[in-house]
Amino acid sequence: MASYSTSEFKAGMKIIMDSDPCAIIENEFVKPGKGQAFNRVKIRNLKNGRVIERTFKSGESVEAADVIDLDMQYLYNDGEFFHFMDPESFEQYQANASAVEDSKLWLKDQDMCIMTLWNDVPISVTPPNFVELTVTETDPGLKGDTSGGGGKPATMETGVVVRVPLFVQIGELLKIDTRTGEYVSRAKA
Amino acid sequence: MSDDWRPSCSLEALQLRAAVLHDIRAYFYVQNVLEVETPILCRSIGTDPYLDFFATSMGDTALYLQTSPEFSMKRLLAAGSGAIYQITKSFRQGESGRYHNPEFTMLEWYRVGFNLADLMDDVERLLVPLLRKSNFLESVQRLSYVDVFTQYTGLNPLEFSVLEYQQVAENLGFVDASTLCGNDHALWLDFLFSQCVQKKIAKNHLCLIYNYPACLPSLARLNKDNCLLVERVEVFIDGVEIGNGYFELTDAVEQEARFEQEILQRERNKALAVEKDTRFLAALKSGLADCSGIAIGVDRLLMILGKKEKIDEVLTFPIVNA
Repeated sequence: MASYSTSEFKAGMKIIMDSDPCAIIENEFVKPGKGQAFNRVKIRNLKNGRVIERTFKSGESVEAADVIDLDMQYLYNDGEFFHFMDPESFEQYQANASAVEDSKLWLKDQDMCIMTLWNDVPISVTPPNFVELTVTETDPGLKGDTSGGGGKPATMETGVVVRVPLFVQIGELLKIDTRTGEYVSRAKA
Repeated sequence: MSDDWRPSCSLEALQLRAAVLHDIRAYFYVQNVLEVETPILCRSIGTDPYLDFFATSMGDTALYLQTSPEFSMKRLLAAGSGAIYQITKSFRQGESGRYHNPEFTMLEWYRVGFNLADLMDDVERLLVPLLRKSNFLESVQRLSYVDVFTQYTGLNPLEFSVLEYQQVAENLGFVDASTLCGNDHALWLDFLFSQCVQKKIAKNHLCLIYNYPACLPSLARLNKDNCLLVERVEVFIDGVEIGNGYFELTDAVEQEARFEQEILQRERNKALAVEKDTRFLAALKSGLADCSGIAIGVDRLLMILGKKEKIDEVLTFPIVNA
């Protein structure tokens, strides 16, 4: 089983902590005077996203996590699983709802995303920072209002509801920031 | 590893280093302290339970890159050198991070006839003008380890109850402290001090902490009024440790006993085996005058003076592209 010594720790490294795959966010080497050195690390649990702090005695080893990020194309949802394809190898992966989580709100068929695999099993899916989605439902727009002040809710083709300016109409293609869930602009069709 | 050929510090950081080295040498020149050089590559190495070293060889002879010039300098003192200082590279295996590079520059000096209080005066005389030049210093504090530890943790560092220590660590949010420190008093002290006390030491202050618990490893002599304390000082600026000094242990018998203890401790830690430095012990047996000495990490001092976040910003080529 592969393992890392604390002296190899660096941001981005994937390790097993409490039997879950985690990523090191920050690693601080602490050496008190003539005493035992510690590594104080901030780690993100890749399954639930929670960030915790842990301290190791320097020189200890931790198990490495076989975690990789791959660019994937989202294919479809069969009601139970979400299906993706690696566009390079054409290999297909199915992910369950707990791995896809809120990312499903942003994914439409054929869209690219990043899939994190642990021991070859999908554990999370990250949508691109910006997606383009079509409005399927919103109150009629007010003609001539281009100020964008106030705004109104609009349901997008994936089902997600985004706050949009008053002038936006059903059927329009919009650019949305998936990190904040905010409307950015109209997309050039 | 990095393929970048360029230095990681700015020209301004190079100039600061040159100016500070000049000021340090000027200080010791005026104080009549002799600059010396001792070997970096030696036949022996210290027994520090928590220091790892780089070893190499010449034919069948094992050689070690020194983790500090302490033993060689004490041999000079025993030979009657009088007060001495040196600015030298030291090496510590595995120490790498924001404040650590495995190869670093150390300023180490010894004053014959000085006790710990005299040494602290000396440290102030050297560092205060340097810190003032960089518009840094607000004040100098001298605090007892025992007092400052009790102030921030509520614990008495000279008494050990694993349950009490555990409770305090848990209340402070360090859930993993007990698995880490177990039943080891010294480890608990190091953990709590570095995590809870050190970071709270006032900003923009030069802080000299003395009265260290004797259970922490050192080459300091015991306090003559309280055998639970040693005559050790650590220098902190902005919560960063930059120096460690002692009213030196000169008793060869006690020194040898500590070496043996530390060798056992290294075995328990599964650290590389080392042998006692017999030449150093012979020097102590021949007689070392009462003296105090201290080592200051020059790179960290430069970080503080130059307001840098990482040690790499004051080094030409840190270990990643050395």
